[in-house]
Amino acid sequence: MTINEIQDSITDEFSLFDDWMDKYNLLIDLGKDLPVIDPKFKVKDFLIEGCQSKVWLYPSFNGGIISFTADSDAIITRGIVALLIKVLSSRTPEEILSADLYFIDKIGLRQNLSPTRSNGLLSMVRQMKLYAMAFDAKNK
Amino acid sequence: MKDINEIRADFPILQRKIYGKPLIYFDNGATTQKPRCVIDRQEEVFTEFNGNIHRGIHYLSDASSEAFENARETVKSFLNAGKKEEIIFTSGTTGSINGIAFSFGERYINPGDEILVSWLEHHANIVPWQMMCERKGAILKVIPVDDSGEIVLSEYYRLLSPRTRLVSVTQASNALGTVLPLKEIIAAAHAIDVPVMVDGAQGVQHGNIDVTDLDCDFYVFSGHKIYGPNGIGVLFGKEKWLTELPPFQGGGDMVDKVTFEKTTYNELPFKFEAGTMNYPGAICLASALDYLEGLGRENIAAMEKELLRYATERLSSIKGLKIYGNAKEKISTISFLLEKIHQYDTGMILDKMGIAVRTGTHCAQPVMDRYGIDGTVRASLCFYNTKDEIDSLVAGIERVKIMFA
Repeated sequence: MTINEIQDSITDEFSLFDDWMDKYNLLIDLGKDLPVIDPKFKVKDFLIEGCQSKVWLYPSFNGGIISFTADSDAIITRGIVALLIKVLSSRTPEEILSADLYFIDKIGLRQNLSPTRSNGLLSMVRQMKLYAMAFDAKNK
Repeated sequence: MKDINEIRADFPILQRKIYGKPLIYFDNGATTQKPRCVIDRQEEVFTEFNGNIHRGIHYLSDASSEAFENARETVKSFLNAGKKEEIIFTSGTTGSINGIAFSFGERYINPGDEILVSWLEHHANIVPWQMMCERKGAILKVIPVDDSGEIVLSEYYRLLSPRTRLVSVTQASNALGTVLPLKEIIAAAHAIDVPVMVDGAQGVQHGNIDVTDLDCDFYVFSGHKIYGPNGIGVLFGKEKWLTELPPFQGGGDMVDKVTFEKTTYNELPFKFEAGTMNYPGAICLASALDYLEGLGRENIAAMEKELLRYATERLSSIKGLKIYGNAKEKISTISFLLEKIHQYDTGMILDKMGIAVRTGTHCAQPVMDRYGIDGTVRASLCFYNTKDEIDSLVAGIERVKIMFA
């Protein structure tokens, strides 16, 4: 699936719920299902600054494809990063760099979750794009 | 005395709904909501008598100046200060402390001198002193706290030394709620002629404050945490200190005579009020203080004491909930964590139930480090909160536990 197809399916899934509580239950489930990160990557080098909860994001680059694994000490934040991984992991640097992440607005994450200081959603996106930029430069 | 429903009706924002649910506002430690009289007064300032203070010869300027100086009188009475010249308007607690830290440092501090603060301080009562110490080669010393969140007085007495130049402590901890033993702290410092500054940001709104009886040398607080507007604050200083200290800002209104060779300063309190003051803020702050006097500050203290007792009892009964800060004397602020649930998760879900709490380190990272945690959930209550709201918080927390189980 393309980045946009995945974004559309996430949007559909969230649109099933009117109540914010249900949307959060979905985020919590996503958070609980996020594959466990190798503990050796839960170090300062992979910590994203500027969040109320800690977020570790580890990129790997294989055959021109970037994959991300991540973790957070807060489950809602794990759910948010799980969504970003669904959309942006296992992609080429170009795909990540050119991605327009409209699903964030469509499912209401930006209005309801996004003050950068509290959940670091925008910091996570920026960090993913920075890794893509770095791998892209290394590849050339 | 108004009953709780009448009191709540005075605060328009308390009637609104959040995500379709009645607002339960437990973030009063961060900022308080405003009574109708403050909101109306603000409109009155701008529709009836706005004019720059202390400058004009016209009617509006006179009316504004008079209301501003009456506000100073109101603050003086509220704090029971000796003279209105001892009341300086600032931008807030942070502005007041930065001002004192600068002026006191310039006038009195030499390399090797010591400033004492407590472990419970908000960053606003740490960083300005660190900056001053760095500038002057002075040393910041910290009074430790015990596990219950009370400062260790014996350690404080040990830290006081001939090198101590100033003690600056909070009246109450914003993160844990601990009320500090100010009388003991001040008496010990004064015994060796050391002045004491009290950060009243979390204390002034919770009951009677009498700076004459307390005998503190400086007392500071913010308007927006005592039901008044943002951007206005107060610095009380004993006349002796304010006379000796140099101004912390230069500009208009604070001067007596200006030439390019030398400027002489205006008398107190104007010497410390450079530039156009936030006179609408000061005037509306006075309305807020009048409102509290109308309710009766002893009544407010009694209501909040009962809310603290009830909330502590109810929250303590929740399995897996730990309260941080169990000092014998507390303001109505409770910090807690749920076992294995991050404070951010708890706060986000409570928000969706219309319950506003604060999560994180509360600008008091050293306090969090003291307990080896990286934040808490903080419910800071005040007189317009109710036991029903506390019951809703408890029900909300139980729901959070189920969602994250």
